Amino acid sequence: MFHAILFYLFAAVLVGAALGVIFSRNPVHGVMFLVLAFFQSAVLWLLIEAEFLAIVLVLVYVGAVMVLFLFVVMMLDINVEEVSGAFTRYLPLGVLIAVLMVTELIQIIWFRSAGELTGAGFAATPEGYSNTKALGSVLYTEHVYSFEIAAVILLLAIVAAITLTMRKRPGLKQQDISAQVAVRAVDRIRIVKMDAEKPDAGDQS
Amino acid sequence: MISLQHYLTLSAILFALSIAGIFVNRRNLILLLMCIELMLLAVNFNFIAFSRYLGDETGQVFVFFILTVAAAEAAIGLAILVVLFRNRRSINVQELDTMKG
Repeated sequence: MFHAILFYLFAAVLVGAALGVIFSRNPVHGVMFLVLAFFQSAVLWLLIEAEFLAIVLVLVYVGAVMVLFLFVVMMLDINVEEVSGAFTRYLPLGVLIAVLMVTELIQIIWFRSAGELTGAGFAATPEGYSNTKALGSVLYTEHVYSFEIAAVILLLAIVAAITLTMRKRPGLKQQDISAQVAVRAVDRIRIVKMDAEKPDAGDQS
Repeated sequence: MISLQHYLTLSAILFALSIAGIFVNRRNLILLLMCIELMLLAVNFNFIAFSRYLGDETGQVFVFFILTVAAAEAAIGLAILVVLFRNRRSINVQELDTMKG
């Protein structure tokens, strides 16, 4: 019972935060609502004992990705506009589609699932079960190639983000590393062959 | 008692809300990216609920990979956004009509 109360409480806050993301005029408020939504989801994942992913969601998602969003939102000079005409024009369409989708999905989940899902609870994990250990033992054995591909995708994201945002301003003094490395001694020093001169004996000071 | 159906319903509501957000929002490209993040969160809810229901950890491994790809997508999307803002001084979705789509 306590479990159910917690679920409904956090689910209500989650839906409210999602509404806040959609309807907030200030993008900074939108990001804050998104952070709230991620925290609520982490708690809901904890409730069904997916502890590792809940912690990863808070640490990686809220800690890194959302802070990146905040950086970008605050770095760009976006003027907070009033509600434009387009917003109210497309509002009925959006609400219609959302209501339609929720109705259809609830139909399938609650009424058309042929009784397979009704009352399907989550089995309690055995004593001494570690979610992180179980996940790791699957991740590093069966899915190790996928894991490596995920690492490559992250590397790709780093390279893509850096190359996209790097720019060259005119008049900026830069080192040209390849020119520095490719330089040869003959280009810099000219060696002149000449006869050695005999210094005058009386000219020494 | 909280069952699989409760989690699936919550995920459906979250997904529909983010779809509505993409339809409604015509001012700000950042809000579109945030709606996509919400959508991925709804998908992750489904994966985790089914993984716990079936007692199979593979679903949670999938969520792990989705989180990875979502982080990469957010980084590249925001980089594109910054370049776009630098060139056009605006991220209004309705003004992005260069390709006449």
